[in-house]
Amino acid sequence: MSQNLIDTLTIVGMMLVTVLPRVLPLWLLSQKPLPPLLARWLSYVPVAVLSAMLFPALLMPEGSLALRADNLYLWAAIPAILAAWKTRNLFLPVLAGVATIALLRWVV
Amino acid sequence: MEESELAQVKQSNVWLQGITRALPVMLGYLTVGFAYGVLAQEAGLSLFNGVLMSVIVFAGSAQLIGAGMIGLSMPPLSIFATTFIVNLRHLLMSAAIAPHLREADRPWPPAQLTLFGLQLTDETFALHSSSFAQGGLSRGSYLISNAFSQASWVVGSALGMLAGSLLGDLRPLGLDFVLSAMFIALIFMQLQSHRQLLIALLAGVLSLTLAVGGLRQWNVIVATVLAATVAVVVEETTCRRT
Repeated sequence: MSQNLIDTLTIVGMMLVTVLPRVLPLWLLSQKPLPPLLARWLSYVPVAVLSAMLFPALLMPEGSLALRADNLYLWAAIPAILAAWKTRNLFLPVLAGVATIALLRWVV
Repeated sequence: MEESELAQVKQSNVWLQGITRALPVMLGYLTVGFAYGVLAQEAGLSLFNGVLMSVIVFAGSAQLIGAGMIGLSMPPLSIFATTFIVNLRHLLMSAAIAPHLREADRPWPPAQLTLFGLQLTDETFALHSSSFAQGGLSRGSYLISNAFSQASWVVGSALGMLAGSLLGDLRPLGLDFVLSAMFIALIFMQLQSHRQLLIALLAGVLSLTLAVGGLRQWNVIVATVLAATVAVVVEETTCRRT
């Protein structure tokens, strides 16, 4: 088998293991009402999972803890959080954060 | 207005709404997709295979890891296992979305539901869950957001593979921060109580602690499950007392 074909088959396998966790809960849980306790548990999942992804992205961008002044993501998070908190808007925090990073990289 | 004109206006609003909401995701996906494309090309993937992965797998970190592993000629079974673990967090996201898609009188057609699931990534989940928290949008605009998000991902990947060496360093533009900033925005758009804020902080700190402790692929899932469980337990005990 050529290397390209092996790669293609590997990618198809990656698709299969990715698709199942994405699709199965939608199929199974969108048909009938959920038990109230499970529904309440699931209602906390969105903010929890987003925050669980955000913290490592900001605080360990290179894979190890970077609670340091030269971690620009920490500085950019401040205007982004302020904008998000004050405006509840999708675009302003992105603008504030990206502009801060660009400015800091230009200055520093 | 004629009824058909009304329908047309409504239809164009759906497109506009779907695309506008997806804009930050599209910007972020173009950049991260580009980075993936560069890496896939360096790992020795053909243009077809590199783009194919963005079309049928469509998962950021799993694709970066997967392309790297393919480049190192690692055994397919270990590539599958890693991809599965890295993407397992989508199980929680899919489950959290599912109840919002339940409409007894107008169930989602299975094909649309499946398409929705195939395009469920961290970022599209973040977009949709904040929409649900604010009362929800029309079905069409979710699917349009998803389609445009994935299109940017695929275009970014292809550009990265084709032109990775031609373009210079993009870091001065600060675009590597787009998705993190978007997550910040979408978390705040969903916060409806102090308890939710505390649970978000708890999940973040737990996830960080686990990641620092070396549980790199499981930290998000474990932290989310623990934090949501703490939330429900606290809810139960405070309800009993009052």
